[in-house]
Amino acid sequence: MLKTFSKGGVHPPENKFSADKPIEVLPLPKKVSIPISQHIGAPASIIVAKGDKVKVGQLIAKSSGFVSANIHSSVSGTVESITPVLDSSGYKRPAITIAVEGDEWEPTIDRSPNLKREISIDAQEIVKKIAEAGIVGLGGATFPSHVKLSVPDGKKAEVLIINGVECEPYLTSDHRLMLEKGHELMVGIQILMKALGVTKAMIGIENNKPDAIKYLTDISEEYQGVTVHALKVKYPQGGEKQLIKALINREVPSGALPIEVGAVVHNVGTAFAAYEAVQKNKPLIERVVTVTGKNLPKPSNFLVRIGTPVDELIEAAGGLPEDTAKVVNGGPMMGKAVSDISIPVTKGTSGIIVFPAKESKRKTEGLCIRCAKCVSACPMGLEPYLLIRMSQRMMFEEMEHEHVLDCMECGSCSFECPANLPLLDYIRLGKTEVNKIVRSRKN
Amino acid sequence: MNSIIVTAILVLGILGVVLAIVLYLVAQKFKVVEDPRIDQVEAVLPGANCGGCGYPGCRGFAEAVVKSDDLSALFCPVGGNDTMAKAAEIMGKTAEAKDPMVAVVRCSGSPEHRNRIVEYDGASSCKLATALYSGDTGCQYGCLGLGDCVAVCNFDAIYIDPETLLPVVDEEKCTACGACVKACPKSIIELRKKGPKGKRIYVSCINQDKGGPARKACKVACIGCGKCAKVCPHDAITIENNLAYIDYNKCKLCRKCVAECPTGAILEINFPPRKKKVEGQTENVETK
Repeated sequence: MLKTFSKGGVHPPENKFSADKPIEVLPLPKKVSIPISQHIGAPASIIVAKGDKVKVGQLIAKSSGFVSANIHSSVSGTVESITPVLDSSGYKRPAITIAVEGDEWEPTIDRSPNLKREISIDAQEIVKKIAEAGIVGLGGATFPSHVKLSVPDGKKAEVLIINGVECEPYLTSDHRLMLEKGHELMVGIQILMKALGVTKAMIGIENNKPDAIKYLTDISEEYQGVTVHALKVKYPQGGEKQLIKALINREVPSGALPIEVGAVVHNVGTAFAAYEAVQKNKPLIERVVTVTGKNLPKPSNFLVRIGTPVDELIEAAGGLPEDTAKVVNGGPMMGKAVSDISIPVTKGTSGIIVFPAKESKRKTEGLCIRCAKCVSACPMGLEPYLLIRMSQRMMFEEMEHEHVLDCMECGSCSFECPANLPLLDYIRLGKTEVNKIVRSRKN
Repeated sequence: MNSIIVTAILVLGILGVVLAIVLYLVAQKFKVVEDPRIDQVEAVLPGANCGGCGYPGCRGFAEAVVKSDDLSALFCPVGGNDTMAKAAEIMGKTAEAKDPMVAVVRCSGSPEHRNRIVEYDGASSCKLATALYSGDTGCQYGCLGLGDCVAVCNFDAIYIDPETLLPVVDEEKCTACGACVKACPKSIIELRKKGPKGKRIYVSCINQDKGGPARKACKVACIGCGKCAKVCPHDAITIENNLAYIDYNKCKLCRKCVAECPTGAILEINFPPRKKKVEGQTENVETK
């Protein structure tokens, strides 16, 4: 029987239209806007000025704390302005806008396609290199990767878990990456293993990607310590805690990090970025983005420079269909509708989904009948029906006791609710307020 | 047989008396004396339990009034000066008279001034919408119009105008309890001095963008040009973050700024209609 996690989970329809579309390199945009806050943690501090000439791969904003990430220019050209630009958060936030001129790369970057297997540097240098390259978790949460690789004193990593699950419907960027960059990915995994000092790495892939499972299993024989595991299809298996439960049957306690049970989880995209950073000296300046939708003429997977406007991606995928009502940044379950399609692609953009009016409309809200479907759907064992009531009544202290901070916002509860209650929306509001309370307690 | 009953009655009787005395002494020792004035003060308060004073309900406020030596930090916005005078009388003190306040909405971005470019179909709550995006127009500071302020108002003093999609405060009903101020996630609502005959002038915008983007997002946005600050004879206007702010303690309601503002972001409320300008004659704008 296939492995999976035990508590909760849902089965949204998959709709992976772009699964067999090879990764295409998107032509260079005319202009890019690179937000300085593309990761969880402190925004990077800008080190270029208006009018400066920059090259591809040049550092343009420096990490401003331990949990922060460097940002590099993804194009060559002139810094046109440093102004707030609307990004996927729905708000205007500082960004560096660069007018593209040619495609001149930093000479230190190795652009040859040859696979480089030998890892010549030691663990400490790897972590440093990954931090310098500005790599963040490419699964969507954008947590700076070097922080995950710096195991705190007294803790020991036993196993590296690689997330190739891609449980979000519609998205196929990780799937394509696994099929097309298998060897690079494997070397990337070796690099992460060396950085953590572990001898064992497990790649978890859902069973709806049999080609990726087969291919990676075949080539994993060449790489020591790496095993590939097929998993049952179930959302949200890509959640760190769910994946750990599925693969090594350990439960991460509430409020703790995976390292507590000896595991470190990285996305396949992150492993590939680690390969490029360490072996090719290439910072994180581009990523694979799935552009898809039921009525989109040409669902595709693109290799996109960070900062490219989203409308250019949609144009390359055949243009916006007429009946479009909603464009979602990220997967349909955890992603967020954007208020403007000119927002830039950031490190966390895993997909752009175009929804027709018929599918995007919210259904009419009913009344909670205490059917407890949300409770059985919640992979974290929470009680969403209770949390929404508390949030509506502003009982935030009580919400904290109900472990609202364990919620990872997977949306399973809202998906299952027969009354179409906006459960997650209110839980998210509660989380923000509870976080405020927690922060004020610390100060 | 009889003696058993007599002994029992005696023992229990004596025990009862002794324990009654013990209980009496304990009760005396731990007696809680509640100041009767708390009840008196509570009786003169409006009893709305709105929390506008910053205390949990009117009882909490009454306790605070009785406890504190100085009443200057305490004020019941709903009851106003009359109530405070009554409460002070009970305490044998005098309460400082405070200017009556009223809630004002610092946004004029009706659909005619700023276009709706996005359609929001989520749950009808400003707090939720703020977490998702900056609003359905180009202005990220502007009113979302989903009515969180309406929902929290205990006095039915605020409603959303169906045409402008902006909240409107009913001056008669507004008690300046501040619930809407706290509820608005965009901090658009502010308490201002009511002024004589309800007259007041304020900048009806909180857009902090520079002139160009602000104007582009909304035709009646404050563009931070500073003309109002220059023209103000009372030094009441400051410009900060591309936004003008009129200090209501300094403002003498002369209305020069209103006439000067190029975008019409400064509003005058409850003033009589302006006389038509006559050439060569200075306008009498000083109103008392």
